[in-house]
Amino acid sequence: MNLRKIREAVIERGIFVSGITSIIIVLLIFVFLLKEGLSIFLSVNPLDFLFGEFWYPISEPPQFGVLPLIIGSLFVTLGAAVISVPIGVASALYIAEIAPPRTKETLKAGIELLAAIPSVVIGFIGMVTLGPWIKELFGLSTGLTALTGSITLAFMAMPTIVSIAEDAVTAVPRQYREAAVAMGATKWQTTWRIVAFAARPGMFAAIMLGIGRVIGETMAVMMVTGNAALIPHSILQPVRTLTATIAAEMGESVQGGEHYAALFAIGIVLFVITFLINGVADWYLHRTTGK
Amino acid sequence: MSTHIAVRDLSIFYNDSCALKNLTLDIQRNEIFSIIGPANSGKSSFLQCLNRLNDLHRGFRKTGSILLDDMDTGAIDVEELRARVGIVFALPFPLPMSIADNITYGPRMHGVRSKARLDEIVEQSLRDAYLWDEVKDRLDSQAMNLSGGQQQRLCIARVLAGKPEVILFDEPTSGLDPISTARVEETMVLLKERFTIVLVTNNVAQAARVGTRTAFFLMGEMVEVDETRIIFTAPSDPRTDEYVTGKFG
Repeated sequence: MNLRKIREAVIERGIFVSGITSIIIVLLIFVFLLKEGLSIFLSVNPLDFLFGEFWYPISEPPQFGVLPLIIGSLFVTLGAAVISVPIGVASALYIAEIAPPRTKETLKAGIELLAAIPSVVIGFIGMVTLGPWIKELFGLSTGLTALTGSITLAFMAMPTIVSIAEDAVTAVPRQYREAAVAMGATKWQTTWRIVAFAARPGMFAAIMLGIGRVIGETMAVMMVTGNAALIPHSILQPVRTLTATIAAEMGESVQGGEHYAALFAIGIVLFVITFLINGVADWYLHRTTGK
Repeated sequence: MSTHIAVRDLSIFYNDSCALKNLTLDIQRNEIFSIIGPANSGKSSFLQCLNRLNDLHRGFRKTGSILLDDMDTGAIDVEELRARVGIVFALPFPLPMSIADNITYGPRMHGVRSKARLDEIVEQSLRDAYLWDEVKDRLDSQAMNLSGGQQQRLCIARVLAGKPEVILFDEPTSGLDPISTARVEETMVLLKERFTIVLVTNNVAQAARVGTRTAFFLMGEMVEVDETRIIFTAPSDPRTDEYVTGKFG
């Protein structure tokens, strides 16, 4: 009896520790980021850092303005969302509601395969096929633009969006469909106005995770966006994202130096952005489910 | 009395197994036609045939015909048919939205836009389902928070909002407590004045309480149909007698 109680207690503690480990790790990462990154603000005003229009980290004197990078990330992310969300949601609905069983299996396998392609391979394909095509289509001097990045990343966000949204749609109780059909709804009215409506918290989570993947993506985006740290005026200009900047420059910076700290500060900015996105998603989910 | 639904030589199959054999039957306007019988008797299959919900099942096939006001249900546009022949399921399943939105869902889907008209539909349908007094002060709260019996009456109101002529009840009280059951039964009896009602029930006493006429189904065949009073006091078939007196089933 005592042995059993001890066993229970050990298991309970074990599960508790595993549970909080991820939180502790997130906290540690954040602390580390702050420790390495905050020192940049000793020499650069935080407002100048966030809203400075020029990122010249190795000129003399260096300029650390991340606005072009933030805008670059936003351009690419929004572009990717505009492309991947409608296609992703539509294909999730098709797979879950309309496709006959064999088509459904084939499509699901295909989408999982898309998720398994390493990002560097997708970046490579974007660089050698999509880039030249965009260059020719719009008559540009380079095909490596924000649009190229958006399209490439849309393909990386899509598997996440489709598979999670499809789960959400499949989880809608059969009775909702029956109720809708019994009220005289057509197939499309049932699918869109009842099933998609009931599945919308799950769909929203799918979209947010997809967008999260896009913001954090580094390798593919570095290969296809041209990496010019300038404020873009259209999606047909090269941009550089926050992530690509860190990846490209970390190797060249002096450890402990100003440039090094500035790159960590970019990490903080990224962290805050993803935190905000998660926060908004959470707030929305709780608001709509009324919990 | 006039015939509202005429069933002629109807047989229902799922793949190769026969769920209902050669049923011929007339359902009168403004009656509660109740169907009793043990599991697998084909009573729910028959009910779902009346508004072609069976069409959604794989392997479903039927022969014979069902006429609604002398018109073959196969010839009526299926969405229109389902609007004319509403159904209340065994388990109440409100949609995940407010009470008012649950009611207006059908009408909005069929193109009613005017706010005033929709409000009117909400009040009228809830009054007809005898739920209005209980929910009139919280029409905007989630339908999920209602009790089981209230949810079922909300589902009835939702069907009424679609302006049907026939209402099918598929074991409407099987998940409800006795008091809620009584409320739903009262509602059915009052609705009979304006609608034709077909009730499938596992609860024999329920058929005795509300049915105008009662049919007894057994293993895919209709054994007997008659005035409810006769079915329960002097049935002509011994199997009916055994079932209604609780000797089997």
